[in-house]
Amino acid sequence: MAKTIDARGLSCPQPVLMTLDEIKAGKFDEIVVMVDNDASKENVSRAATSRGWVVGEIDEKGGVFNLKIRKG
Amino acid sequence: MKGIKNIFAGPWGIVGVGIVIGILAPMLQKLGNPGNMGVCVACFERDIAGALGLHRADVVQYIRPEIIGFVLGSLAAAYLFKEFRPRLGSAPIVRFVLGAFAMIGALVFLGCPWRAALRLAGGDGNAILGLLGLISGIWIGTLFLKGGFNLGRTQKTHQTAGWMLPLFMIGLLSLMIVFPQVTGEAKSGVLFYSLKGPGSMHAPLALSLIIGLLIGFLAQRSRFCTMGAIRDFILFRQMHLLSGFIALIVTALVVNFVLGQFKPGFEGQPVAHTMHLWNFLGMTLSGLAFCLAGGCPGRQLFLAGEGDGDAAVFVLGMIVGAGFAHNFGLASSATGVGPYGIPAVVIGFAVCLFIGLTMRKNIA
Repeated sequence: MAKTIDARGLSCPQPVLMTLDEIKAGKFDEIVVMVDNDASKENVSRAATSRGWVVGEIDEKGGVFNLKIRKG
Repeated sequence: MKGIKNIFAGPWGIVGVGIVIGILAPMLQKLGNPGNMGVCVACFERDIAGALGLHRADVVQYIRPEIIGFVLGSLAAAYLFKEFRPRLGSAPIVRFVLGAFAMIGALVFLGCPWRAALRLAGGDGNAILGLLGLISGIWIGTLFLKGGFNLGRTQKTHQTAGWMLPLFMIGLLSLMIVFPQVTGEAKSGVLFYSLKGPGSMHAPLALSLIIGLLIGFLAQRSRFCTMGAIRDFILFRQMHLLSGFIALIVTALVVNFVLGQFKPGFEGQPVAHTMHLWNFLGMTLSGLAFCLAGGCPGRQLFLAGEGDGDAAVFVLGMIVGAGFAHNFGLASSATGVGPYGIPAVVIGFAVCLFIGLTMRKNIA
């Protein structure tokens, strides 16, 4: 099961902090992060990659990006 | 890397943008801007406040086209790459107050983080104290962030709302064209101009504007942020933004050498004072306020250009803060801190701590 983090309306560093907290908690191997700006999308991707996670598909709908990240 | 198709947001993109700014800022000094002030967001917004008569310090009055360029360059990039996203509603009044105190702290030091970097690159040793203060202030801010501090979520809004600050900037540019500087005159129409001091020193309008537009465009693409550079390193050991900031400093240093603008020392530096403690604490206050507000003063302009109404409110807070800083004698000068600068910094810290300690979690 994937965990969903709703970081819509938040700007960095909050989306990254929320994502890293969830990665550290270690309960899920897959996380979906919802963000609504490009800088947060890039920052979350960068942070996940630096923790050895893999950034999978990114859907965009109505200005909201759903980033799927998986444990590498 | 997936998720990053934007080349400017890659590792070489951000370094490249730092290098470009590091070349252009010292060139603006050569073209007429004040010493070690090729680009200073705080100083330039303060000069804008002066030109509009929001304070009457007659040596710092000029509508700086670089600031206009930053916002409009970012706006152009945001539209071109479909990133113009009008949004607002994340504690705007708090951002206004943070902007005002960020400006007051910056004017006690005499520069924003951009100018701190340029001062260092010009050989001004006092900038070391400022940069250490900046790092300390941001470090305090990261403690709040780790404790759950946030200003809440933004909401999507009308396109019109996202256009407010860009339109304000177009308005400023129009005023400059309608009421241009007249040699030897301190006033032209509604605008005040400086006859002496830093406000009288500026590169030609068109060049300032073009360079501002270029920096605004590149900074929007790369998310260049001097505060974020230090914050991300402290929080995540992430070097990305920091590599851009360091590239700026190193490049500006080299360019200053080439242009003969490198003059090492503490005494007699342009638009600077040597009160170490207050150089340090002024910038600590500024760094803390920028960290709580989520961006350095440059980044706030670029965000405002891509439709962020809260960043726009922060910018207006800075402009109003500059008015207070000069009307109340809070701003420093070459001789040292202003008569009421020290109590203002203390009050600023109290305000930032109050905000940082009380606005936590609850991001439902």
